[in-house]
Amino acid sequence: MDFTPNPDHEAIAEAVDRVCAQYDDTYWMEKDDKHEFPWEFYKSMAEGGWLGIVIPEEYGGGGQGITEGAIVLNRIAASGAGMNGCTALHLTMFGLNPVVKFGNDQLKDTFLPRAAAGDLHVAFGVTEPDAGTDTSRITTRAVEDGMGGWIVSGRKIWTSKALESEVVLLLVRTDGEPGQGFGGLTLFLADLNRDYCDIRPIPKVGRNAVASCEVFYDEMPVDGWRMVGERGKGFHHILHGLNPERILLANVACGIGEAAIRRAVNYANERSVFGRLIGANQAISHPLAQAHMQLKAAMQMAALAAWRYDNGLECGEQANTAKYLAAEASYFAADQALQTHGGLGYASEYHVERYWREARLQRIAPVSQEMTCNFIAQNVLGLPRSY
Amino acid sequence: MNVVVCVKQIPDPADPGALDPGTKTLKRDVKLILDESDTYGVEMALQLVDKAGEGSVHLVSMAPNNERSGLATALAMGAASATLISDPALLGSDALTTAKLLAAAIGERDGVDLVISGSESSDGYTGTVPTQIAAVLDLPSITAAKAITVDGGQVQIQRQTNAGYDDVTCSLPCVVSVTAGVVEPRYPSFKGIMAAKSKPVDERTAADLGFDAGQVGWAGAGQEIVDIAAAPARSAGEVVEDDGESYTKVIEFLENLKVI
Ligand SMILES: Cc1cc2nc3c(=O)[nH]c(=O)nc-3n(C[C@H](O)[C@H](O)[C@H](O)COP(=O)(O)OP(=O)(O)OC[C@H]3O[C@@H](n4cnc5c(N)ncnc54)[C@H](O)[C@@H]3O)c2cc1C
Repeated sequence: MDFTPNPDHEAIAEAVDRVCAQYDDTYWMEKDDKHEFPWEFYKSMAEGGWLGIVIPEEYGGGGQGITEGAIVLNRIAASGAGMNGCTALHLTMFGLNPVVKFGNDQLKDTFLPRAAAGDLHVAFGVTEPDAGTDTSRITTRAVEDGMGGWIVSGRKIWTSKALESEVVLLLVRTDGEPGQGFGGLTLFLADLNRDYCDIRPIPKVGRNAVASCEVFYDEMPVDGWRMVGERGKGFHHILHGLNPERILLANVACGIGEAAIRRAVNYANERSVFGRLIGANQAISHPLAQAHMQLKAAMQMAALAAWRYDNGLECGEQANTAKYLAAEASYFAADQALQTHGGLGYASEYHVERYWREARLQRIAPVSQEMTCNFIAQNVLGLPRSY
Repeated sequence: MNVVVCVKQIPDPADPGALDPGTKTLKRDVKLILDESDTYGVEMALQLVDKAGEGSVHLVSMAPNNERSGLATALAMGAASATLISDPALLGSDALTTAKLLAAAIGERDGVDLVISGSESSDGYTGTVPTQIAAVLDLPSITAAKAITVDGGQVQIQRQTNAGYDDVTCSLPCVVSVTAGVVEPRYPSFKGIMAAKSKPVDERTAADLGFDAGQVGWAGAGQEIVDIAAAPARSAGEVVEDDGESYTKVIEFLENLKVI
């Protein structure tokens, strides 16, 4: 086992830290408050070539692995940008993974270079109001138009960044009926064509610089070549990207936890009550120490999962474990940071309440902690499927 | 347009530095980073070469333990190549010896049009090395440049003064030290970082540059650090209790400072 620091990874982390340092907590507080997409930040990251780093070099990307992509997202989150910063660019960076793995040449040639340049905004439309976590029940349908194309109708919920996105990776039903397994589901990289779809932001707890939306598709035409991979294999194509997705999200969660602990430690070292620094009370310092340790452990698991993925090894157990641990550690850290600040923790200007609202999300999306436990119980421990 | 930029790699100012009581110098066996005040020179050089449409930026750095981290940052910004002077014999070198070594490394190169450096390093603060390099190379020296324009064989410089700036014209080649903040240093991009890995860094020892051990390091230093002492702790500020009239005290205070 070799834990020697990798100079490339250090350089990537330092460089991203520097870009992010231009966008402080006040910037993010304002963007969150005003529900404004962080365009300035997005452009800085695109200019530095950071959005293309996991896209293959032949399409103008950096050809790096999930390990490196994870470092970028971790540093963004840890800067205080949190989910607002990460969701702004996450899908441009990694969303097109199914296209890289399964897409036809026209799809790859058309879209990957633009994503590598940071010039393509991508959304991901899987979740539906009536299907929930049981994706086999989705009802948004694509029917053939008789000329090689498709017509899509239906309703998706929680499609993040739909307002800014030009394209959406859309999982739809081309065959079969809801609940009959995954065989009838097909993936498209469709244009979010406003003539045929209606996008409505969902008012929500946090990460408000980037809206998540309800999207109504009303007989939206999609060209045949926009199908990603094979008809009926859409769910399979998405599954392929789930482990790396979990690894990236674990890194985001740990980044938010790091930002929260940093603020909590600063405050605990400054705030004096009863004639002593509050950080001198073990009821304050021990939970922060615990949060730090939990974050470190989750980061190690995420690094292991990323290493396994990049080396072509099975990583479902590690990726799910990392995501679970990171979501818990991040929420605990943010909650404890809020507690450390006392009443001011509840005030926006101390920023930890924003981290706390964002950290809460990791326990629900993109996959809930319960479903992660289901995965480990069934697939790792060999327990019976409970649902 | 070929520009050489002298860059120093220093301990990260964000980490509390420590003095070695034995050598009475800063401990420099930690990971070093590019001195931020040198990023301005690198950026200025890159812009000049860019404007000229030809040539390249070469870096020269003297550092312990073959340290390259700071050079990697400057190479990632866009410099083409570097010379790294590193040799255990150099420990204890004073500013003049440093200038002689840097000058020797610069002198190895053909067709250098301009040498740029920062005004002073953020860890040593002698502020003497740029002029010393110019003297050793027998080149004109212009300090405290806040703007540089190259025009044919000449360079026009706005030289920062207390009152404003002087317009200075000088023939090339020359040595120019730039003040911090003159340009906005670019951030290394991802591609820059990756490209930096394959850029040539030539290592030189004192002997390679024609110096023997007695001329460099502690032995060759013309100055001696006699004593070091901790900086005095900051004294507590004056607290003005507000009795409704305290603003007069604030005004008085500011008047005494002659800022209003
Ligand atoms: C801010 C935000 C952004 C999002 N962005 C996107 C996006 O861009 N694209 C997209 O497609 N989706 C997105 N989502 C949707 C997200 O992936 C889902 O919300 C998440 O997968 C949970 O699904 P659900 O909301 O339908 O919950 P449900 O499936 O209705 O589950 C409700 C609760 O029941 C539990 N539960 C359900 N079944 C079981 C079981 N068998 N065992 C134990 N517990 C169970 C769940 O864990 C959960 O706690 C986003 C969600 C949010 C909140």
